[in-house]
Formats: sequence, C-alpha cells, structure tokens
Amino acid sequence: MSAKPVPAIEPAMAPFFAAARERRLVVQRCTACGALRFPAREICSECLATAAEWVPVSGRGAVFSYNVMHQVYHPGFAAEVPYAVVLVRLAEGPKLISSLVDCPPGEITIGMPVEVVFDDVSPDVTLPKFRPA
Amino acid sequence: MPRTARTAIVGLGQTPQGKVYDRTHVGFAVEAVRLALEDAGLRRDDLDGLLLNPGLAWGNVPMGSFMLQQALGLRDLRLSAAMGLGGATAAAMVQHAALAIEAGMCSTVACVFSDRPLVPPEERRGAGGGSASSYAFARGLDAAYGQFGINAMYAMVARRHMHVYGTTQDHLGSVAVAQRAWANLNPAAQFHDRPLTLAGYHASRWVVEPFHVVDCCLVSNGGVAVIVTDAERARSLRKPPVYLRGMGQGHPGGDPGETLTSGAALAAESAFRMAGIAPRDVDVCELYDCYTFTVLVTLEDYGFCRKGESGPFVAEGRTRPGGALPVNTGGGQLSASYMWGMTPIAEAVLQARGEAGERQVPRHDVVLASGNGGRLSTHATLVLSPHPS
Repeated sequence: MSAKPVPAIEPAMAPFFAAARERRLVVQRCTACGALRFPAREICSECLATAAEWVPVSGRGAVFSYNVMHQVYHPGFAAEVPYAVVLVRLAEGPKLISSLVDCPPGEITIGMPVEVVFDDVSPDVTLPKFRPA
Repeated sequence: MPRTARTAIVGLGQTPQGKVYDRTHVGFAVEAVRLALEDAGLRRDDLDGLLLNPGLAWGNVPMGSFMLQQALGLRDLRLSAAMGLGGATAAAMVQHAALAIEAGMCSTVACVFSDRPLVPPEERRGAGGGSASSYAFARGLDAAYGQFGINAMYAMVARRHMHVYGTTQDHLGSVAVAQRAWANLNPAAQFHDRPLTLAGYHASRWVVEPFHVVDCCLVSNGGVAVIVTDAERARSLRKPPVYLRGMGQGHPGGDPGETLTSGAALAAESAFRMAGIAPRDVDVCELYDCYTFTVLVTLEDYGFCRKGESGPFVAEGRTRPGGALPVNTGGGQLSASYMWGMTPIAEAVLQARGEAGERQVPRHDVVLASGNGGRLSTHATLVLSPHPS
C-alpha cells in the first residue's frame, strides 16, 4: 500500500506545523489591521502590511463546502475512495481545506459544526483534521 | 452609447482535436494559423501581430509567442505576447488584438491556442498522460488531504450553489444532456455519435461529487487560431466578417465560494454597453463550460435568469436544440472538444457566419462568447455579429 503525500514544511508555514505537533491550531494574523489569514502570506492582502504573527484559534467551525473524491489521483488514496474533502470555515473566519473524521461522506452537510483533531502522519508532520462537534 | 464595430474576426483555423497525437503543441499552433490564413484568404505576410495562449504542454516557456513566431517564420511583427488568464485568455487575446488594431499599432493579428496534454496510450508511464492526470496538480496541504486538481476545486463551489440555491444534480445533468444533443449535430464533436439522456447522466461514473465524468470538460489535443483585423479590410476578405461589437472583462478577486458569482457579471456591463444590447437581444450563447456548473453560473451572471435560478432555466429545455436560447451549439467543451476559451469563440464564428451546418441556429445576429478561468475568477466577453452595428 502506497503512502499518502506528506507536505514539505516550507519556512513560511513552519509555525503552523510546529503548533500542530503540539495539538494547537494557529493561523496568521496581520499585526497592522488584525485580519486573520490562512495559509501563510508574506504580505497582508487586506492592508498590504508585512508584519504578522501566528495566533491560536478555537479549532471550532462549520463545514463551508465539501466534495467527495472518487477518482484516484495519488496511489496513497486508492484504498479510501470515495472519500470527502471538506472546506471548513473556522469560527474566527479563515477557511481550511481538510478531512472530516468519524463521519462518512454521505452524512456531511454544509453548515454542520466541526472541531479540530490532530493526526500525526509522520514524525515531523501533524495534520489538523476535523470531526463533527 | 453603442458604436459601430471597428474590428472583426476574419479567419478561423481548427486542427483535428481530441485524441490526436500527430503533432506537438507547436505544430498544432502553426497548423491552426495556416488554416486560419487560408480561411480568411490572407497571406502569412499579412500578419503583423501574434498573441498566444499556451496550453499545458507549453510548460513555463518564458517567450511562447516568440517561439511560435519563429516556428511560423513570421517577420516584422508589431505586436507579440503570450497571455495567461486561464479559460478567459482566448477572448482576452481577441480583445487585445482589437485594441491594438484600433490604436493603430498593427493591422492583422493571429490569436492562437494549442495544447497537447494527452500522450498516446503506448507512451504513457504509470498514471501520467491520460485525461485524468492532466489537470490533477495539487500542492502541499491540499495533496495531503486528497484534494487534487481543478475538478475538486470547482466541486466545492458547485456544492455551495446547490446548498444555497437548491440547484440539483438533475439541473447539472440537464446542461450535459442539452450540450450533448448539440454535439450529436456536430460531426467534429468528440461525442458526436454518443447520445446522452438524463438517466445516462446519472449512471455515468463519479469523478468528484457533485460532478460525474460528463459534468467535466474533455481533455483534448489540438490547436485553434482566429485572425482579427480592422472592419474595412475585413469586408474585402474571403469570408463574411464577424464583427466585434462588444468587449468586456471581469476579474472579481476574493472567494467565488462566498459570492457564487463569476466574472461574467462585471464583464457583461462593458460588453453589453459597448454593443448596446441587453440579455434579451442575444440570439445564441457560446459559454465557457469547463463544467456543467460553470454554464449555470454564467447564465445567471449575464442576466439570462436571476441568481440561483439557472438550474430550472436549463432543465426546462431553453438551451437545447430548438430552445429559446441556444447555448454551446457545437456541444461545447463538455461534448465537442476542449480548446480552452477557443472552443466557444470558434463556434461563435461559425454561427455568426451561418456556417454551422445541421446545428446552425436560425437567428444569429447577436452571438455571445465567453471565457472563464481561475475558478470563476477571470472572465472575458465578446459580443459578435455579422452586422457592424
């Protein structure tokens, strides 16, 4: 069985992965205008300021949309199709592509409340995922 | 204030499209230009502008239009550029050509798309080179969660539309069925001899819900070129001119999943104003159809129906052969061939000229062609007509 792709930890996203290893979900916050963003950007697209910090969020949100993948694009997912990919809107605003655990694809609905869980997929990489809240 | 058209499309060149492997992406582009020149009755030396929309096979070539100029043996161009707005590029190229001609920079411009994403089955290694793999790129976190390709991204937006407006799987299917009926009238369509019913739609395999395979455009090899020149010269050439009556672009930015609105809403404002028309004046639509869903949203954003009401609008049969608003009359990118935004433009030219054979619509005074890219985020509109005003 083939392994799923593990994301490389690029410098801009290192704080996100470091926090995830500690079971914390963080997003970037512009220190000039306060806008939250994810994934990382080097400059705030709201106010164009450069300074930013990573701040913890509640890990609670709702399913904004989802799809159900049937086509196998990577052998690591061959045993899982059909599987859902969800777009979660956090209570604080930013949206994250993720997976929903403990919920078969047929039971997902837009708007359903979810909360973050963490999945250690490699010694270095922990992926935030979500489950019904 | 509507104006008399000052430019026109005078030549159309289309290579064989689909699972054709006998040329490279550059070869398809050269062949398309040669065919367009022949169609227009122009010589190669008449071209003084070259715009290129490089498809996937061109890779990240830094000077694609120069590469194509050399392959075509063109000298002394006064306009040259490769452009990248995804599926909106083709219509945008025609617009840039028209603007440069009106400004007096050049006189006759070839606008070209070509691609060769499909590899012959015997040359494929592993999963690469087939239609499923061509657009499957994913990066970083998306890949880790199994979110691969453009299909998956559009599926997220389509699912929102279904949730917010009550659009159904039958509504999506009715777009696929209507366009297949048009393709069945088009001998050049890849699915010419394959009828599709709504039951057949539901039975077709899923790619990524809510998209069946027939909700998604084809993946095709081939090339298309159109030649744009000034209206006066256009009248002296071989084919009837297809005048550029209206042009517009719309690039809304932000998240289309929030607005469920494409750039068509913005692009329509300038295109319709320039042409002096309203949606009810459009006789036939050639809408960029990367997905069935894209057609629904685009119909709404041009004002053919209200926001959220496109599903019933299409399900009632309006866009089919014989319907009140023929849409994608060659079968479109879902059923004929996927030449990015060139597929709608090529069909619009044929319809405006009255050259569309069995599928020719009786009224073709105002033909709308659209291009859309970047998940509803780039858009370009052409209002075309056999009449200059």
